[in-house]
Formats: sequence, structure tokens, C-alpha cells
Amino acid sequence: MATLRIPTPLRPYAGGQEYVQVSGSTVDEALRDLTRQYPDLEPHLYKDGRLRSFVNIFVGEDNIRSLNGIETPIAEDTRLLIIPSIAGG
Amino acid sequence: MQVVVRAADLTSMSRHGEASYPDEGAGFLIGRMEDGQVFVEAILPLENRREREARFNRYELGPQDFARAELEAARRGLDVVGVFHSHPDHPAQPSQFDLDNALPHFSYLIVSVERGIARLTRAWWLRPDRSVFNEAMLVVAEDAEV
Repeated sequence: MATLRIPTPLRPYAGGQEYVQVSGSTVDEALRDLTRQYPDLEPHLYKDGRLRSFVNIFVGEDNIRSLNGIETPIAEDTRLLIIPSIAGG
Repeated sequence: MQVVVRAADLTSMSRHGEASYPDEGAGFLIGRMEDGQVFVEAILPLENRREREARFNRYELGPQDFARAELEAARRGLDVVGVFHSHPDHPAQPSQFDLDNALPHFSYLIVSVERGIARLTRAWWLRPDRSVFNEAMLVVAEDAEV
């Protein structure tokens, strides 16, 4: 299973954990598995069924926006990171 | 919810807002949370990464900024506990855009900067259902007390 790092503000919704094991062959599948494990994360990651714009997913050091988006393939030893942008005004 | 911040850091946030005027300025709050209170130990003022023409009423700190803040917090044995930003010629209260983009379990300090002068700072936190911000009590501590 791939390992996914949870940023500090979302850890209370993931049992307080910094790292979560997730299954799936793509980023999308891994995130769906994450929200299956921790449903309270869902409204903070998704709006209207799509990832919120401030949610950045990194596969290693690469933002998935520069790869294949949520269809980016992952492997058993992939390290995923959720790193938010901060926006407002 | 109570947010405790040093007077010197509050001044620094105000100065950052004034220096950014008429654009919005922003940065991270680094500290710890204990018993429902947030203690801000340091601030990290950063460049607004929003495109220039939109900075008058929008700010953005990128994932590289968040990663930098986390490293700085970890170096100090602390956490990233929130964000501060300024509202040029606008009240120190969250907008709908602030609400749509807010993170839970973060403190949001907003500095109103009127005609280039910082006037008021207020503290806010996102309700878990994301429906609204609640105001937190902002406590200004003497420099050694946080």
C-alpha cells in the first residue's frame, strides 16, 4: 500500500495520524480510499465531487498537476503528500 | 477559542500588511495548541503569490510556502497553527472567499489596513461543518509570556 502524509490541519480527521496507508493504483483511487477510511476528511478535500483547488497532491516531489492529475499512477511504495495552498482575501 | 500572540508579532503582522498595501499581505503562524488555546510563538511573513492584478483582494501562499513553514515549525518543535493576512481598506473579518478556502483547525488572523495604516486585528476559526467562521478571543501577551 502507498503511504500518504496528512498535513497538520487535517490530522484531527485522520485519527491524529501524520501518515496513512492507502490502497489503489492511481492518485484518485488512493484519495477515495483515504476518505473511505476517514469520511470526515471528505468535505475538506472535495467540493461538488472535485478536489478543492487549494488541495495539492504530490507524488514524491512532483505535483500531480504536472503529471497526469488524479489519474497519475502510483505503486506500492509510492509516497503521497497532501500539501495545501493557502488562499483567501 | 483563544489565540495568544506576542505584541511584537502582532506589530510585525501589522507592518507586513502596511508594507503590502494596497495589496494583501500574508504569512503563517507557528506555535502550539494546548487545551483549546492557540499560542503563537513566531510568524513567517511571506510573499503573496497571487497574480499581481488580483493581489488587491486575494492572497495565496503556495505548497512550497506551506512546506517551508512546516520545516520551520518542526525545527522549533512546534506546528503550523494558522495564517495571517491583511484586508486593504476592508474590515478585519473573513470574506466568502476566505470561507471557501479555509482549512480546519487553523487560526486565521486578519489585519484591516485602512489607507496604508493597520487599524485592527481579529482572530477567526472555521467551524467543522465549514458553514461559517467563529471569532476567537485574541489575547496580546507581553513579549516573554507566550
